[in-house]
Amino acid sequence: MKYNYYPGCSLERNAHSYHDSAMAVGTKLGIEFVEVEDWNCCGATEYMSIDKISAFTLSGRNLALAYEQKENGDLVAPCSLCLLNLQKSDHHMQESQELANNVNTSLAEGGLSYKPGSVQSKHLLDVFAKDIDENEIVEKVEKFLYGLKIAPYYGCLSSRPGFDGRENFDFPLRLDNLISLLGADVVDFPLKTHCCGGHMTQISEPTALELIRRLLKNAVDNHADMIVTICPMCQLNLDAYQDSVNKYFKTDFNIPVLYFTQIMGVAFGFEPKEMGIWQEFVNAKEVLAKILDEPPKVPKEKRASKTALPMAKV
Amino acid sequence: MVSDHVQQLTEIQEADFEKESFLDEIDRSVSSGFSGIINCIQCGSCSGTCPASEDMTHTPRHLFAMIASEQRDEVLSSNTFWYCVSCYQCVVRCPREVKITDIMYALKRKAIRSGLYLDSDSISVGFSGRFLDYVEDYGRSFEFGLATRHNLRYRPLDAMKMAPMGLGMFRKGRMDLTPNRIENLKEFQKILKKARELGETI
Repeated sequence: MKYNYYPGCSLERNAHSYHDSAMAVGTKLGIEFVEVEDWNCCGATEYMSIDKISAFTLSGRNLALAYEQKENGDLVAPCSLCLLNLQKSDHHMQESQELANNVNTSLAEGGLSYKPGSVQSKHLLDVFAKDIDENEIVEKVEKFLYGLKIAPYYGCLSSRPGFDGRENFDFPLRLDNLISLLGADVVDFPLKTHCCGGHMTQISEPTALELIRRLLKNAVDNHADMIVTICPMCQLNLDAYQDSVNKYFKTDFNIPVLYFTQIMGVAFGFEPKEMGIWQEFVNAKEVLAKILDEPPKVPKEKRASKTALPMAKV
Repeated sequence: MVSDHVQQLTEIQEADFEKESFLDEIDRSVSSGFSGIINCIQCGSCSGTCPASEDMTHTPRHLFAMIASEQRDEVLSSNTFWYCVSCYQCVVRCPREVKITDIMYALKRKAIRSGLYLDSDSISVGFSGRFLDYVEDYGRSFEFGLATRHNLRYRPLDAMKMAPMGLGMFRKGRMDLTPNRIENLKEFQKILKKARELGETI
């Protein structure tokens, strides 16, 4: 299987463990990711705050470049915000001829053009959770993550708004499913699609720290050993700012936050270090040492007495 | 010929009619050309869902009522849209399909162009502006440059507190001191220059 790949700026440095682990896991599953040549920044949330046409044009250029190497297949983005910007631009360009003309007039200055709707884009999670057969993943597992309790964190932008590939605004399940294929326990995580605060850490720290605190608390309250994310912004906020949360709220959170591709890598037999598991602020080593050799024994439920009234299980 | 008095009234009304309402202005500015504010029933689902509404001077619901009553200056100097985290939760909850997040972006753009944003919100404007500067110089974002320049300019006291985190980022190989550049930078800059020209008046 082959895809075009748009890593985005975060995966070049702050989140390069996400990139490295994705490539390693992909290779093991026989997937080839071809980087879009000379891609540019997606504009994050900042461009749209200042200039609408330039914001759409940034993504327009990336889409145009992806179309030029379309033979490699659909376009995959590992960052939820990059993906949102690609899909949002394409969507609005399809909706408004005027916008499409403006973007194309701009692109023409650099010898490019893009016909709205001609590139299909999706999240990296969907490659591993939807495109690949479950059995293929299980076959590759060398070390099941037995006993590890994981809170699956989707974040906001991979779930909303209603562009392609967003299965459920509040309770998506594809990451849950992928994690359980690896043998780990998925804990309930009601805030799984809540926002991590995005760029608010740079604007109003108290606002951001409160959003981060809610997520950490929700994961810990549900006995998670670890939070697993699919977005570099989420990882950075929950991991690097955990210490700030503790200082600000006088809490003692100490829960590691890894990318889903990193734990896939561990399950596929890679050394944690190869997966960049040392670059996180809250060290994941201790938690990974908890992995059991065999599935934990779940106490058998008592069988209802044959004479008892049939009661629904709740 | 009607009386002069009536004629005068008609002229005033026509002039009023020709002047674009704030609501129309916002409709024109959102990407799809229709903001949906006209459909808002003031149910407050947006404010109830918003993870940041506690820090906003006006909740989104309140702001939409102010927009409908043409309080342009008050709206554009509100901090509401600067605290929007762009998570789209209100958008999927809204029973009237108001394009809330797109409206917040439109209001940011209008507040910048009109200069009506408050000093306390200049940190948001500064952050976005700085981000743009780096992207236009290199084609990619430059975290180290952005974080240091932004924090030194707007949060010099916090910048000292941030230092250990910055150091941690280096030690863990998560930050570079130099920016990455795209290859076709000249063409890229021409494209963006054109986009800005075409741009958008709003």
